[in-house]
Amino acid sequence: MKYFRLIWKNAWRKKIRTSLTILSVFVAFLLFALLSGIGYAFKGGVDVADADRLIIIHKVSLINMLPISYENRVASTDGVESVTHATWFGGYYQDTRNQFPQFPVVPQSYFDMYPEFDIPDGQFEAFKRNRTGAVVGQELADTYGWKVGDRIPIQATIWSRADGGRTWEFELEGIFSSDDPRGSTALLLFQYDYFEEARAFAKGTVGWYILRVEKGADPVQVAKAVDALFENSPAETKTSTEAAFAQSFMKQYGNIALIVTLILGAVFFTLLLVSGNTMSQSVRERISELAVLKTLGFTDRSVLGIVLSESILIMLMGGLLGLGLGWVIIQGAAQNMAGFLPGIFLSPGAIAAAFAMMIGAGILAGIFPALKAMRLSIIDALARA
Amino acid sequence: MSNILARLEQVNRTYQKGKETVEVLHKLDLEIPEGDFVAIMGPSGSGKTTLLNLLGGLDKPTAGTVTVGGAELSSMSNSQLSNWRSNHVGFIFQFYNLLPVLTAHRNVELPLLLTSFSSKERAKRASIALDIVGLADRAKHYPRELSGGQEQRVAIARAIVSDPSLLLCDEPTGDLDRDTADEILRLLQVLNKDHGKTIVMVTHDAQAAEFAKRILHCDKGTLEAMEAA
Amino acid sequence: MRGLQQVLAVTSLNLRNLPQRIGSSVVAVVGVAAVVLVFAAVLSMAKGFERTMISAGSDDTAIIMRSGSTSELNSGISNEQVLIVADAPGVLKDGDDSVISAELYVVVDVRKRTSNTDANVPFRGIQRGAFDVRNNVSLIEGRMFEEGKNEIVVGRSAQQEFLGLETGSTIRFGQSEWTIVGAFEAEGSVSESELWTDVRVLQGAYRRGNSFQSVRVRLQSENSLETLAAALENDPRFDPDVMTEKEYYSGQAEPMTRFIKTIGYPLTILMAIGAVFGALNSMYSSVSVRGKEIATLRALGFGPMSVLISTMVESTLLAFVGGALGGAVAFLVFNGFQVSTLNGASFSQVVFDFAVTADLLVDGLYVALIIGAFGGLFPAIRAARLPVAQALREL
Repeated sequence: MKYFRLIWKNAWRKKIRTSLTILSVFVAFLLFALLSGIGYAFKGGVDVADADRLIIIHKVSLINMLPISYENRVASTDGVESVTHATWFGGYYQDTRNQFPQFPVVPQSYFDMYPEFDIPDGQFEAFKRNRTGAVVGQELADTYGWKVGDRIPIQATIWSRADGGRTWEFELEGIFSSDDPRGSTALLLFQYDYFEEARAFAKGTVGWYILRVEKGADPVQVAKAVDALFENSPAETKTSTEAAFAQSFMKQYGNIALIVTLILGAVFFTLLLVSGNTMSQSVRERISELAVLKTLGFTDRSVLGIVLSESILIMLMGGLLGLGLGWVIIQGAAQNMAGFLPGIFLSPGAIAAAFAMMIGAGILAGIFPALKAMRLSIIDALARA
Repeated sequence: MSNILARLEQVNRTYQKGKETVEVLHKLDLEIPEGDFVAIMGPSGSGKTTLLNLLGGLDKPTAGTVTVGGAELSSMSNSQLSNWRSNHVGFIFQFYNLLPVLTAHRNVELPLLLTSFSSKERAKRASIALDIVGLADRAKHYPRELSGGQEQRVAIARAIVSDPSLLLCDEPTGDLDRDTADEILRLLQVLNKDHGKTIVMVTHDAQAAEFAKRILHCDKGTLEAMEAA
Repeated sequence: MRGLQQVLAVTSLNLRNLPQRIGSSVVAVVGVAAVVLVFAAVLSMAKGFERTMISAGSDDTAIIMRSGSTSELNSGISNEQVLIVADAPGVLKDGDDSVISAELYVVVDVRKRTSNTDANVPFRGIQRGAFDVRNNVSLIEGRMFEEGKNEIVVGRSAQQEFLGLETGSTIRFGQSEWTIVGAFEAEGSVSESELWTDVRVLQGAYRRGNSFQSVRVRLQSENSLETLAAALENDPRFDPDVMTEKEYYSGQAEPMTRFIKTIGYPLTILMAIGAVFGALNSMYSSVSVRGKEIATLRALGFGPMSVLISTMVESTLLAFVGGALGGAVAFLVFNGFQVSTLNGASFSQVVFDFAVTADLLVDGLYVALIIGAFGGLFPAIRAARLPVAQALREL
């Protein structure tokens, strides 16, 4: 639009001041992107949870094991299309700091349950054939530089071996990826049969079951039916949707969303002060120029618009840079720090919110100077000059 | 007798200054025919700037009417006045009041942003205006790179670029040396004689006033004619 | 006038007309305050968590678990092994009895007050010696549980943080019902986040036979740890890890505190960079507003150094005020605020307070001063180099 040159030139009246303000905006939105990404990780994958998958855990707590005999009984329940299981292995790779999820599973039924995991057919067949084989997610392979054929030793902290050792060694047969960028693939999967055979205790038990609800069946009803099956037994169950499960787990860490909001609140409060100060200085310096615009025939409203546009422009410049860099960093972190904080992701919702905040902050920072510019009396302004 | 371009009838302008009421203009009548070049002189506080503001639609009278080019300014709303100003009047100030962030050419183009002309058309008209004031070669310079006289000429180009019929000048030579001032005043005469612009010039400089066609004296809110130039 | 006098004169003049530049000064102060506030708040979580965990651990108590266990939950100890420990050298004796408590805990779901969702709480089975192997535990409400009964005493923090744990109420875990007969406090340490009952009863309820997870003993003296460790590790019937309880809890605290610090420090640095930009902006503006005053001083003969130093002083002073303000708000608002979070290592909740400690506040002031120094340096140089003649001409 034709006023752009005027707005742009005015924004850069004092180059250092504008640059520093843009840099302040840049830092604020970089923080916004990073904290949003971290906050997203703490949602625990709620967004990628499949609405048709239910998780069955021991009612007392996730730590307690469930009998393997439950599998058939769950499978034959009305509304259950398929069922599989997994167990928390809880080991570490080389150093206790390198902890990531490892699950013993039944390969075919697990991958059937999680169709979002993609793996080349050849690799998958090799995995199924190899008792001591394992597959890892792409993020994990990236973080540790693993390639198919590598031997991966995992130190068990819970599951000591029947032969007395604590080291479980696997051959890496394949690497899988997720077609949803929000989902985490920081995961190692190996054969349940091997686990059952080689573990020292708790044989015949698994950590949890995952079931898929038949099309058209009500997940809530199916969950109730499953729990009813095992009521009053030694191992009562608690069945919930994948989303509810993820959420209740993550909530244990505390109200992370609140913490992130509070920190960002402090950051943006400061940002508004800085930009507000810049805008009010900028307007104060050119009262006579604004008066002249009015003498030329610019309406009061258009002068308001010119000042507000300047404020928004500064926010957009810094904000886009900050958001962009934040996005780049999160992409890198997701790939290389999979063990540290899996699931870090800059969601489209966060990006949209960032844009709304750029505009909103631009308006808030500029509104008082803009109103002053709108209301200034031409005569008084010119007389003062 | 040519048409009357601007007319003030029984105009009063009073201000509230705290508890005091100050009457700047009192029952003032004024007729300015098309093509006129009138200088208004008087001591400070006499109301001559107020008079100019009323003619330009920057201010409204407390009583009486102000009519310019058939439009009754005293009854127009603020946005109507803005619109009217962009088409019908050009201002020239003592301190030029150019925008320091724009080049001379862009400064002259500024009033045209309010029109619907294309960017090419705007550029052309601005160049023509700069040509008229003799500063075509300075088009890309910023105000800080120009002398006082040059800045004033850019301001004049800006004042005429939307082809208004009325030019209002408030102490246009107040900040210039004698020679430069004469140049500016001669330029005003050219605009008046060759381009048909009606000019009202407020000044305290008697020598500047000589360049006009007639001189009026403003004192204590009323006008008196002095001998014609 | 001598150098120092010049500096003092210019500086005091500068500070005296600070109110004229109130707008940009406030911006600088608030910017720094925000950084220090966030820094102190976030790191006080780490401090508080760490303090809660570590204060549970005592130097004269040893904890014995199966070797390689990263936490009690992963460990397994048989009854025979407990007896070996009880008779080992280095263990404090009270008459004929060793001061010992073999323990086992499970994780149960209890509803958290603040989020109204279920959280994992440690449910620990203890022996009679449990209060003696720990330094700081005392009953504050009700009575101790009776052995052999489904009775529980709850930690004070757990009572505050979770629903339904009042003395006198009953609670159901899985198949069994338990009565809460009392509450204990443990000087705010992690033990207060737990529910305690008789270990035999717990073993029965959760089908653990006669196995335990850990053994705690009081050491005879500071040096007894080596004696004890040597004796146990050389015993062929046993493959234990022996360490002081303090060491154990430090290890337990480490992952979470490290996580918080890994997020907290970069966050602070990033915010500080933003604050530097804000401070630079304010200081450049301050210098430009003071232009005439500086030019006049220079014309009168004041040297450029005095101008530079006065600007640096202004910047650091504003930053210091901001740092103190941020620290004060952090302390008033956050210190002692109780929260709980999941300790991955023990897979259960730990209730702790934000701990805005003195050293944290001092660190915050350091951060503030650094921001002030960086935010003032370039503007100060510009002020010192202001072309005097030009500035005077513009008067």
